[in-house]
Amino acid sequence: MKNEHWKSLLLSVVLFALFIAVWFVATLPKESGLQSAEQDEYAALMGKGAAKSGGFPPPQEIGKAIVTHLSDPFKDNGPNDKGMAIQLGHSLGRVGVGFALAILVALPIGFAIGMSPLLHRALDPFIQVLKPISPLAWMPLALYTIKDSDLSGIFVIFICSLWPMLINTAFGVANVRKDWLNVARTLEVRPLRKALTVILPAAAPTILTGMRISMGIAWLVIVAAEMLVGGTGVGYFVWNEWNNLALPNVIFAILVIGVVGMILDRCFAGLQKLVSYTE
Amino acid sequence: MSFLIVENLAKSYPGNDAPVFENVNFSIVKGEFVCIIGHSGCGKTTILNALAGLETATSGNLIMDGREVVGPGLDRGVVFQGHALMPWMSVIENVKFAVRSRWPDWSKQEIEAQAAKYLEMVGLGQALYKKPSMLSGGMKQRVGIARAFAIQPKMLLLDEPFGALDALTRGTIQDELLNIVQATAQTVFMITHDVDEAILLSDRILLMSNGPRARIAEIVEVTLPRSRTRHDMHHDPRYYRIRNHLVDFLVSRSKDPKPVDELQPPVVRPGEDEPGTLPFAA
Repeated sequence: MKNEHWKSLLLSVVLFALFIAVWFVATLPKESGLQSAEQDEYAALMGKGAAKSGGFPPPQEIGKAIVTHLSDPFKDNGPNDKGMAIQLGHSLGRVGVGFALAILVALPIGFAIGMSPLLHRALDPFIQVLKPISPLAWMPLALYTIKDSDLSGIFVIFICSLWPMLINTAFGVANVRKDWLNVARTLEVRPLRKALTVILPAAAPTILTGMRISMGIAWLVIVAAEMLVGGTGVGYFVWNEWNNLALPNVIFAILVIGVVGMILDRCFAGLQKLVSYTE
Repeated sequence: MSFLIVENLAKSYPGNDAPVFENVNFSIVKGEFVCIIGHSGCGKTTILNALAGLETATSGNLIMDGREVVGPGLDRGVVFQGHALMPWMSVIENVKFAVRSRWPDWSKQEIEAQAAKYLEMVGLGQALYKKPSMLSGGMKQRVGIARAFAIQPKMLLLDEPFGALDALTRGTIQDELLNIVQATAQTVFMITHDVDEAILLSDRILLMSNGPRARIAEIVEVTLPRSRTRHDMHHDPRYYRIRNHLVDFLVSRSKDPKPVDELQPPVVRPGEDEPGTLPFAA
């Protein structure tokens, strides 16, 4: 088992090295011995010196960008020159607030839907129609009604986190084993205590699965939302660096988005493990 | 004076003309152990659930301790067929959950002590902090029994508690159950499919005819002395008379029981005239 683990790790490292090598070779500056001195002069005048920065950036430039950004993550020199930590803070803040609001709404309503088949049937058509709407489609409406780009971003996160949580909570609550509810009934357990000590722990693994899906979607959506509303955040950073044609920075941001998304997902996996039980 | 009186109980489901069972009449006195035997589909579990207050009968009366049974309550302890332990709670937490429901004003220490006492009674003193998933089927069912006993109910309802256990485990837990029931003078109503289990544990056995329109066809009084054990029971000739009587009923007579005019089913005492090897029942 241990051996297998090392083998897979080794393979990962080899694949990564291979990827970097191919990338490096593919972006090597082409030898252009045919160019005349005048042409070289002209290129230098145009800001395209011998370094040939016009093509896709080679890996060492990404490395340089990573070092530059990580060496000063908290810099703040105006709206177009903020450190990555600050941008991440803005994005995570929006995701956190929108996600928390979604929990506050999804848990009680999900509980109600799960407990009452009547309510389930009554609300199901609305959920089915609202669920498949791309959260970004709400953006114009949000901007028009809320009139604040920051709050609109939060609203978009709220609306995209809501559905998986709501649906999973309702499903988990509706499928609590009848035996456990009967135990609670024969013990004359009061409704609130029953909800907190029997139904909630019984449905917790399903609810957390919903939250994990929601968080995944929220992290996908925040980048797009920030590209639209602008101002701050990793999404805005990507868009801004694209406008600067600074591809190494864009690639650095992509890496950061991936790593942070993975960390968020791992956190929820940990929480899931905490509340799961074996029957 | 009977502790529990069941009068003309009937249950029918919408869409079905014939009721599952009807005219079910019996009573249980305090401290009595009564088993009910019958083929699947005769409504045994429905009767038990009606006693537990988890289901309502279509008609008839249920009177326990002078009061009508409406809804579930802490005066009845239920041991479920599938043990129904909460898997996210440890063994002792499962029992404490019941104890806290019964005595909400008790201190933490009192609740803990009561739960531990009953778990020790079923031989689980070593497994208090284990999760149910780490226990064998027999141990899980023991926790279920401890949970039901720990709230000190007026009556215990057991729905085929040993159905899923192997024969050896079943025997041990039957002995333990017998000991606790005798020590606490508990009134018990139990469903079983096992004829030997019924003879070992009960004072009286209710025999149900097949459904639909099932009813209690006979009440068999166990003529063996209360001091019977699994080890000596089968040496007594009366045991075979009772056993044969029960098996005969299940094999042939349950399909088409003799019609009874009066609502109270006839009482039979197989082996009554037999000179037993065990001291005769008082």
